[in-house]
Amino acid sequence: MKRHGFRLYRHYLSLSIRSSMQYKSSFWLTMLGQALTTISTLLGVIFMFQRFPEVKGFTLDDVILCAGIVQLQFALAEMWARGFDRFSQIVRLGEYDRILLRPRGKILQVFGSQFELSRIGRIIQGVLMLVYALVRIRLRWDFLRVLTLVNMLIGGTGVFTAICILRAALCFFTLEGLEVMNIFFDGAREHGKYPLNIYGDKFLLFCTVAIPYALVQYYPLLYLLGRRADWFLPFLPLLALWFLIPCLLLFRVGVRHYQSSGS
Amino acid sequence: MKKYFSFFRLRLQMGMQYRIAAFAGMATQFFWGFMLIGAYKAFYESNAAAFPMGFQALTSYIWLQQAFLALFITWRFDNDIFTMITDGGISYELARPVRLYSMWFAKNLAMRLSEAALRFAPVLLVAALLPKPYGLSLPVSLPHFLLFLLTLGLGLLTTIAFLMIVYGLAMRMLSSTGVRLFLSGIVEFLSGQVIPLPFFPDKVRFVLELLPFAGMQNVPLRIYSGDLSGTPMLHAMVLQLVWLVIFIAAGALLLRSGERRAIVQGG
Amino acid sequence: MIHMQNVVKTYRVARRDSGAKAAFFALFHRKYDLVRALDGLSFDIDAGEIVALLGPNGAGKSTAIKILSGILYPDSGAVECGGFSPARDRMRYTREIGVVFGQRTQLYWDVPVGDSYGLLQDIYDVPEAEFKRNLSELTELLDLKELLRTPARQLSLGQRMRCELAASLLHSPRILFLDEPTIGLDAVSKLAVRQFVKVLNEEKKTTIILTTHDMQDVEALSRRVLMIGKGKLLLDGTLQDIRRDGESLDESLVDFYQGIEGFDGKEE
Repeated sequence: MKRHGFRLYRHYLSLSIRSSMQYKSSFWLTMLGQALTTISTLLGVIFMFQRFPEVKGFTLDDVILCAGIVQLQFALAEMWARGFDRFSQIVRLGEYDRILLRPRGKILQVFGSQFELSRIGRIIQGVLMLVYALVRIRLRWDFLRVLTLVNMLIGGTGVFTAICILRAALCFFTLEGLEVMNIFFDGAREHGKYPLNIYGDKFLLFCTVAIPYALVQYYPLLYLLGRRADWFLPFLPLLALWFLIPCLLLFRVGVRHYQSSGS
Repeated sequence: MKKYFSFFRLRLQMGMQYRIAAFAGMATQFFWGFMLIGAYKAFYESNAAAFPMGFQALTSYIWLQQAFLALFITWRFDNDIFTMITDGGISYELARPVRLYSMWFAKNLAMRLSEAALRFAPVLLVAALLPKPYGLSLPVSLPHFLLFLLTLGLGLLTTIAFLMIVYGLAMRMLSSTGVRLFLSGIVEFLSGQVIPLPFFPDKVRFVLELLPFAGMQNVPLRIYSGDLSGTPMLHAMVLQLVWLVIFIAAGALLLRSGERRAIVQGG
Repeated sequence: MIHMQNVVKTYRVARRDSGAKAAFFALFHRKYDLVRALDGLSFDIDAGEIVALLGPNGAGKSTAIKILSGILYPDSGAVECGGFSPARDRMRYTREIGVVFGQRTQLYWDVPVGDSYGLLQDIYDVPEAEFKRNLSELTELLDLKELLRTPARQLSLGQRMRCELAASLLHSPRILFLDEPTIGLDAVSKLAVRQFVKVLNEEKKTTIILTTHDMQDVEALSRRVLMIGKGKLLLDGTLQDIRRDGESLDESLVDFYQGIEGFDGKEE
């Protein structure tokens, strides 16, 4: 069954990608739009650091590294969890009924329903930022540092995916006002470009225990930059994956509600 | 005039239907404001001397920016107009006894005013109640406040005149999405939406303050807190007015030639 | 095969009054109306039957189909289809049914229809041999040969409906639900759909449940008619029970609807 699920997902993937190939101009325009937002955000940061050499001990290169990682986490989630991202449409158009009519897991089907290739633009930008920063910072690479970086990407993609699922779950109850969830999705990318401790201790605590952004950003970043050497830091990002559990549970509750209320 | 007012009222009513959306929008703007202030505070603490404006002036700037976001946002176009341009529905617009420019201008104005009307008051109210220096301060003086309102209005008109230029360009193109994205992205940055203009490096800032985009939000928001006053303020206001006139003229010319083409080609 | 007893389903609908004042108050407090979509609906359908569900808009037909196909749980009452409880046994039950919504598509818009079918094979785990057999049969019956390589967005409505029918049958379901399958189709396509449904029922003994507003569909296809109004079963019989002398079927139907208590002819 598991093997089957994976094969089915691959099948979904190939159809999604081939579908999006049909719209080349919109593909390139989306890339253009994303590039513009990234460039203007980045320019903003660069200009700030022209005035201030550092903020809370982080230099421009550190911030670019941080922003690049968050960008990648965000873009990977946006790319593969696009089905949850546009879930309000799925519900509104009645496509969710079709999902219920098929003998497959609902979550798998929603993941499969759309794969957003155009997010590759954001991924490329993220990689560029990462490479630039890493070249400038001249880290001493070792196995644990590589592992930290990989785990940050896995954990971060997981957290952003969880947010997508959370927002999708709310679609079963209401389709209005869900823009507020952008705070946790786009907001986390936008404001997560700076290491989260700059927003103060209380905020950092919130991002550690409530929504585990800091587990995939601030703490492992300290390890990566050699500011802290605690043994658990490379693995901390994986701990953030706990956040998927309540979000998936809420999604199940939402499905149940949908099937009972038919809204 | 009455026509436009009823259009505004209709939009307002439509807006109220989406009650949760209005609350959601406010919550988002609050959050954004808090996060921005948090980041600037960190920079301020790292080197207060390098801060190009007073911290209180900055927080007021941010709260006003959030409260009036609907007025400034550069990428909020009237999509009906683009649809009309591409599918030829524009010929119906031309058949009406109204000037295209003033009609579209009024439509966009109403759209933005109604959206801002629903949201600005609660945001400002709560921001005013926040402790110093994180909240919205009172305007430095009554004249500054009045000039703030005046320049805010001029800034809004400039923003819409910019949209009109984009509509005008769209009339000459098969697909305008790229241009739309590109222009609104650049203007957003140059108008000080990403970081306020005083935070730009001095040379860049000098040029930007001469460009039309500074008048869209930078001028009114800085007048409010007294960051801009005296002779520089007068210069900025004159520039704002001059650019507004130029933008309107450019947009009107573009639209008129677009109209002519539409008539010749039969829509 | 299908058994529904005393099924009740209620929706909560937000009330929206017009006018600025009402809109403003709705910001703070919202009123709800309870709408009883099914009000003790009962019927049984045997294997191999073709049954038409009729009734004015808002009578509860769609709700009945959604409950029978496992999309919705009923509030109360018993539902059993082919030995399953539809919504509860969703994963196993949905392998046994096919559903066509006339107004929605299950095909990928931008890839050839045949590729969508390939995905459906994976979704339903249809063994290769069975899939090939079904596909070639359906291709012949529905004349799909030219269409399989066409993206769904380039199909006419009639062509698309033929492709939809095939898509719902690739896994050889025992029950087929057709929700307004001929809506918006031209005469030729309507005939093709009816012809196909008939053959399917005769040769494969597939049980077919149909909702439609087109009386010719009913006349051509189903011996049995279930008339639903205000969430209740009003009639279980044949078209002859509705038809009146000297009137067209549509006219007879209007008479019948107007006889339903409280029916106001409003669209919902």
